[in-house]
Amino acid sequence: MNEVQSENSLKDRVQVALNNEFLQNAVKFTTEKLRSGKQAATDQLGHWEEWRERGRQIRLHTIAHLDYYLSLFVDNLRAAGGIVHFASTAEEAVRISLKIMEAKQAKSVVKSKSMVSEEVELNHALIEKGIEVVETDLGEYIIQLANETPSHIIIPAIHRNRKQVAELFSKVAGEELPADTAVLAGFARSKLREKFLQADIGITGCNFAIAEAGSMVLFSNEGNARMVSTLPKTQITMMGMERIIPSWEDLEVMATLLPRAATGQDLTVYMSAINGPRRNDDLDGPEELHVIIIDNNRSSQLGDPEFQEVLNCIRCGACLNACPVYRHVGGHAYGWVYSGPIGAVITPILHKDKEKWGEIANASSLCGACYEACPVKIPLHDMLVYIRRNNVEKNRTKKLEKLGMNLFRKVTSNHRTFHLAVQAGQLGQKLIARKGKITSKIGPLKKWTAYRDAPVLAKRSFRESWDRLEKELNQEIPQDPNLQKRMQKILAERREKNESER
Amino acid sequence: MKVSLFVTCLCDVIYPQVSEAMVRILHRYGIKLDFPKLQTCCGQPAFNSGYWEEAKESAKTIIAAFKDSDFVIAPSGSCVGMIHHHYPTLFKEERELLQQVNELKEKTYEFTQFLVHVLGITDLGATFRHRVTYHPSCHATRLLGVTNEPYQLLSKVKGCQLIPLKNASDCCGFGGTFAVKMSDLSGAMVKEKAEHVLETEAEVLVGIDMACLMNIAGRLSHEGKNIRVMHLAELLYEGVS
Repeated sequence: MNEVQSENSLKDRVQVALNNEFLQNAVKFTTEKLRSGKQAATDQLGHWEEWRERGRQIRLHTIAHLDYYLSLFVDNLRAAGGIVHFASTAEEAVRISLKIMEAKQAKSVVKSKSMVSEEVELNHALIEKGIEVVETDLGEYIIQLANETPSHIIIPAIHRNRKQVAELFSKVAGEELPADTAVLAGFARSKLREKFLQADIGITGCNFAIAEAGSMVLFSNEGNARMVSTLPKTQITMMGMERIIPSWEDLEVMATLLPRAATGQDLTVYMSAINGPRRNDDLDGPEELHVIIIDNNRSSQLGDPEFQEVLNCIRCGACLNACPVYRHVGGHAYGWVYSGPIGAVITPILHKDKEKWGEIANASSLCGACYEACPVKIPLHDMLVYIRRNNVEKNRTKKLEKLGMNLFRKVTSNHRTFHLAVQAGQLGQKLIARKGKITSKIGPLKKWTAYRDAPVLAKRSFRESWDRLEKELNQEIPQDPNLQKRMQKILAERREKNESER
Repeated sequence: MKVSLFVTCLCDVIYPQVSEAMVRILHRYGIKLDFPKLQTCCGQPAFNSGYWEEAKESAKTIIAAFKDSDFVIAPSGSCVGMIHHHYPTLFKEERELLQQVNELKEKTYEFTQFLVHVLGITDLGATFRHRVTYHPSCHATRLLGVTNEPYQLLSKVKGCQLIPLKNASDCCGFGGTFAVKMSDLSGAMVKEKAEHVLETEAEVLVGIDMACLMNIAGRLSHEGKNIRVMHLAELLYEGVS
């Protein structure tokens, strides 16, 4: 991975992104396009909320019985001739891959898009062993040439435009290529074709693993996943242990949800189901199929009432597209391979250094757009608060913040101290308030006033004016009997409901 | 019947005119609000920052203040959302308080919810001859499900020309302590929101959460723009008086 990105603090990374207007425009442009595409596709489909709920139920059920479905998947895959490996850590997943490479004396590898391979930082390890790795998803190919991590879960090069891509490709081509999409795609296609034909091993990810069949399903728009899984003699598929769904029937729901949520497509261009290695009468396919099932701390979320649902994620990227923070800073500000709201939640789960990665949860205004966008309704906005609470409980927050919150508690735990504090504020603000507002950039105020004026406290708080207002409004106004009836009805219904519950 | 005002800390100490407008509107329908002085803040600033023990202390003042109320009404989707969405989590280990929280939850309404769903009123007979744009606040819409109610009310205001706001559902960047903890990021977000507000060429920006409006108004004022920012209760009260 790109070391520079993660070494800096969250604030530094955010600052870098905020100073990069080009990046912001690129991210805004694409995420807006994806958002409106999603809106149109879900409107056209209809009953989106019911589809979401169905998707959520499938994922909840699967994760609740993950041990059962995982072993069913493994049994069926083995019966079809697949070789299954379990990796409990990222390092182990890499070790297993390297062992397979060694046995096959592999010199070159082609990969189709796989976030979990980014997560275990596989490419880095392969290159160190002198093995050539080529990413064949166009976006992944671009960021590989630029030596970057993906800045979006499904559109890894969202932060780059075709001019920059032309520069990167020109270096590979050894000649200057025009910034023309057709030319650039054509160049990548012919370059990648060579690699597909030469490669000893093909590595894929896995969108869904069907337990009842032992099959793996890949969604792709470029057809590269098919080349990777048919041309090389050996195939390795990497999957997180939670990629499972019980049946083909469930795939129908997922195939309805994922492309619409991700890109606004009714269906992904290629949907491949892989069921074991090449059989005698097959025309193509690998002779050997290895599947590496990766835990990497996922199983520790099982049974956690606050975080288990994060395993329901189907990696569509809709939460990134909806997120106003992602919109302004893009993916690299999150510091690792997963970005946006889902990245802020899973990154600390997948890392040992919770202090460093727990900090990302602060980069959210808790607006809930992620939850609203999620096709399987993961309450990411709540999880961000749970992470913050964990940060507080583990004493990872700053001293000044702790003092501030202690003061908040003192002031708001009692209405008398609250009132006194307000009165003190009313007096104190006279030093800095001008014309009914505060623009002063002294001390901590600057954090607010650097971007906006601050309001002043009212001369008389509501509670100070209440007696006067109450007296003024003391004359009885006859209440509309209809309103009276409506309110009484609601009260009666509420009582009835509570009694029946008791 | 006891109908109580949950003033919210912001409308208590910075924007008392908002709560006052709400009180006066309801008074026109013969609803006399009671104001329990025990209330301070819903606890959201601490809760959202992860300081749950601190949040509990102020939340308890809210629970105690409205113990005997039949209806509780607040001029904020966010503070009501805090009660509805987060109080059950905050007090999940404390059985007795949890019982009270569940009672509080079902009787607490955001202002436009109360008007539209409890009273069944959408037309207040108001007139407000201005170009207006509406910012739907995140917690009102996403935590509380208040989406159409403000539009229903605004659509009945005579002379009010409602102009759609671009990317209306995008957060304004306030986010409580987020605004100061991630100051530059929050600043970029509010800058964009203000740009969209200005693009509408509306004379008035209206909303149902003063925290978001404080943020956007602060930005507009910082840029020297002269656009009026109001809570919907203020707009409606001005329209009927």
